Amino acid sequence: MSVVEQILKGDVRATARLLRDIDDQMPNTHEILRELYPHTGKAHVIGFTGSPGVGKSSLVDQLAICCRKDDLTVGILAVDPTSPFTGGAILGDRIRMQRHFLDGGVFIRSLATRGHFGGLTRSTNDMINVLDAMGKDVILVETVGVGQDEVEVANSAHTTVLITIPGMGDDVQAIKAGIMEIGCIFVVNKADREGSRKTVRELMNLVELGLRRRDSDGWEPLIIETEAIKGRGIDELYQAIQKHREYLAANDRGQMDDVLHKRARSQLIEVLKDEALRTLLRRLESRGISLESLIEQIKSREKDPYTLVQDVLANELRDFTC
Amino acid sequence: MSQDRKLRILVAKPGLDGHDRGARVIARAFRDAGFEVVYTGCHQTPEQIVSTAIQEDVDLIGLSILSGAHTYSFPRIMELLKEHRAQDIQVIGGGIFPLEDIPKLKSVGIKEIFEPGAKLQDIVDWIRSNITPRTGMAA
Amino acid sequence: MGQKMLSESAVERIEKENSEWLAEYQKALQKVPERLERFSTVSDMEIKPLYTPADIKDKDYHEDIGLPGFYPFTRGVQSTMYRARLWTMRMFAGLGSADDTNKRFHYLIEHGETGLSTAFDFPTLMGYDTDSPLARGECGKCGVAIDTMDDMQRLFANINLEQVTTSMTINPPASIIWAMYIANAENEGYQRKKLGGTIQNDCLKEFIAQKTLMLPPDPSLRLVVDTIEFGTREVPRWNTVSISGYHIREAGATAVQELAFTIYDGIAYVEESMKRGLDVDDFAGRLSFFWNSHIDFFEEIAKMRASRRIWARLMKDRFKAKNPRSMLLRFHTQTAGCSLTAQEPYNNVIRTTTEALAAILGGTQSLHTNSLDEVYMIPSEEAVLIALRTQQVLAEETGVCNVIDPLAGSYFVEALTDRMEEEALEYIRKLDELGGMVAAIERDYPQMEIADAAYHYQQQIEKGDKVIIGVNKYPSERPELEFILKIDEETERRQIERISDYKAKRDKVAFQKAMDELRRRCEGPPSWENNVMPALIDAVRAGATEQECCDLYREVFGTYTDPGTF
Repeated sequence: MSVVEQILKGDVRATARLLRDIDDQMPNTHEILRELYPHTGKAHVIGFTGSPGVGKSSLVDQLAICCRKDDLTVGILAVDPTSPFTGGAILGDRIRMQRHFLDGGVFIRSLATRGHFGGLTRSTNDMINVLDAMGKDVILVETVGVGQDEVEVANSAHTTVLITIPGMGDDVQAIKAGIMEIGCIFVVNKADREGSRKTVRELMNLVELGLRRRDSDGWEPLIIETEAIKGRGIDELYQAIQKHREYLAANDRGQMDDVLHKRARSQLIEVLKDEALRTLLRRLESRGISLESLIEQIKSREKDPYTLVQDVLANELRDFTC
Repeated sequence: MSQDRKLRILVAKPGLDGHDRGARVIARAFRDAGFEVVYTGCHQTPEQIVSTAIQEDVDLIGLSILSGAHTYSFPRIMELLKEHRAQDIQVIGGGIFPLEDIPKLKSVGIKEIFEPGAKLQDIVDWIRSNITPRTGMAA
Repeated sequence: MGQKMLSESAVERIEKENSEWLAEYQKALQKVPERLERFSTVSDMEIKPLYTPADIKDKDYHEDIGLPGFYPFTRGVQSTMYRARLWTMRMFAGLGSADDTNKRFHYLIEHGETGLSTAFDFPTLMGYDTDSPLARGECGKCGVAIDTMDDMQRLFANINLEQVTTSMTINPPASIIWAMYIANAENEGYQRKKLGGTIQNDCLKEFIAQKTLMLPPDPSLRLVVDTIEFGTREVPRWNTVSISGYHIREAGATAVQELAFTIYDGIAYVEESMKRGLDVDDFAGRLSFFWNSHIDFFEEIAKMRASRRIWARLMKDRFKAKNPRSMLLRFHTQTAGCSLTAQEPYNNVIRTTTEALAAILGGTQSLHTNSLDEVYMIPSEEAVLIALRTQQVLAEETGVCNVIDPLAGSYFVEALTDRMEEEALEYIRKLDELGGMVAAIERDYPQMEIADAAYHYQQQIEKGDKVIIGVNKYPSERPELEFILKIDEETERRQIERISDYKAKRDKVAFQKAMDELRRRCEGPPSWENNVMPALIDAVRAGATEQECCDLYREVFGTYTDPGTF
């Protein structure tokens, strides 16, 4: 059986190995991804974002229980930050999902952000596609919640859940514009803490502002209070996600089309950037032009970045064969 | 554009022993050495450990134990890896072991045992010299 | 404010002489420099070469140092201390089956130990019976396997429970094990009002350090308060909590962190008990503590003295205790397991000796000394005897017990005691800001502090900044020790058979009735009517096993797993 066949059958080891190869940007992954792509598009992808410590992993753990009760299989991607100094990482989100370790219907993969070396971003989209092709009905993607990752995940997901906790004060404001607009569901976790009602009210205000600003696409973001560790509010959150899924499926205003468009766009741009850059650099290398040498030119101000890139592209695109 | 593959290591404590000072210190040391560490902490059964190791496609499992229960859990983990055809995942142990148990553990496939007093740097160096990240898949 | 011990002019003169001495010192260093770049305690607290009266010039003898048996108890909890009665020599013991441990108990008593201390195996600590699949390979290896009342009876066979006090190191299942102990004692004809001992029962430090985890924080606290309340009314000689710093230290904390976090756990228990409506003077006198005695001699003595003073002041000022007995910080000590080495294990005898001496000079009420082979395994008889003799030699031959708190007035020790108090109070302020210990634990605050300290220390060892003989200085291989204890692998099988027989013989109707009552109480709001202890005593009498009671707890209260943050 080929790797593709194994993955389509839900083989855990083959899936795990492919995900790793994608993580490490090994050659051959594109061939496999190519063959898997037609088999994607079935899973409902839900992104979870929020500052460290708000309880994303605990919520994901609890939602996985709900999914399993409905006999849905679950894929989980849990992201933790890579140390900028050493390049290593401790991936500890899995601990909060222990109850699922022996459930064949749940596949959990821990990822490190790995930073953005050489301008190449690691592809969460590809990993989502693999879990999709593997047959997972629901894919939960949990991010570190700072910077680029939030937007990336929101673009890759059907439903985006933004999580905060009471008493973060200014951090509700830190749920910045742009993020507000992609949030479908807002969760105030650790709702037993002081200040929970206040946080909910602040979110309601922001939601209202957001609704007035954008063309209402008919979805009014829901705000749910939860206590993930105690399991409170989880059913409400699950139902909210169902609601959003049904809303998308209805597609009476093209909302599903919009989401699919957004996802496809995100995926395409990502692969395009990736491949184009990779190919370009490879070509330059084969001609004996190293990235380092280009960097030196900019550093010494021999050339400015804009002219340099124009020249490179002009040269390369002239006889650009893939 | 191949980078050196990052080593992925699972650090876990099998059995009921909750003394995790060593496991936490070693996890940090591994991170500081540039490895990616999946840390599942204490109270893991052999089944949970192997399931995690396979899903996370780790190169190495580091087991920390001080309770004497290694006589059951270590061979059981090796057995499960075999059952799942994942013997390419290497296993090392750290903690407290009676001297006569060490050759027994190695004979079931534990690659190395690190005892109290082992230096973090020595463990990291050993891993760098003895554990290679898995090769990529063929299509 | 009382009067200072030295006059202004005396201080001036001393400080002047000190500067002259310092100049001499610096001069001498030109010829022969200091041995180390930095002199610090094992907790990395920097220490000066010399301490003089100037270092305690702001001290008030009456308010800060005082007299033994008098507030703030810096010099000791009793006026007589070891002149009247030595500390209890209480060796932590537990291995294999109840019969094996009973044998060890008798061995220790015969050789002069004066109190019992029980070590349980991991399944027992975690609330599982030996026949649980999770208990595979763990039976009897780190302590005794106790699953039923039958085991409890065999554990204490032929021991007079009204004459001997028993300490039991058990946490989430403490209420159950205590119920078994009480029920068994009564079966043997002893009265519960005369039973003396301790259950560790300190759930908060489990979340921080020891990690025998079972239930979430709130229900864990509920059970602790139930035991405190029950003890106050029914078993008045019993210490229902041993608020522990030992494990916090073993997890890598500094001495100050051990001091602060432990005392703060104590504050949490007092607060919780008072919330339940208990009067502080009714229960505080039966709260006890448990310190580590680590390798840095003076740091430990200072820590212990500071602990008494901090607690006394807290009880009086923060909790308005009236009875001086409520203000006493009475403690058991264990010498530091984490200071022992596998290399050249006989060196451990020396380490344990100085650590024990520190505990004695620190005024401990009870002491366990580690055995030289305890780093490998449960102690062998040969090794545990040396450990016990260590206490006896120190007690009876060295003369250190002739005088109470002999180090009081030492400029160094008093200055260090003050410093430990100051830094601990800093932490206590911080924990108050975070909203209490449970809130702090949820934010991983103490756990992170400890993890950082542990990592820092390990790096110091690896760099050679902190020396461990046989490990990073004069390094040596681990030897074969002839007498290392082995646990019979058959113990597990036999224990499983015993449980099966036991369950078959019990009255199923009485058992179910008792469990239903226990459940009813657990599900109800905390109150004396819903106190779990009476129901537990009935349940274990009706044949409930430890796991059956724990499973009920887990069902009703939920379970807790370590979040494992870094």
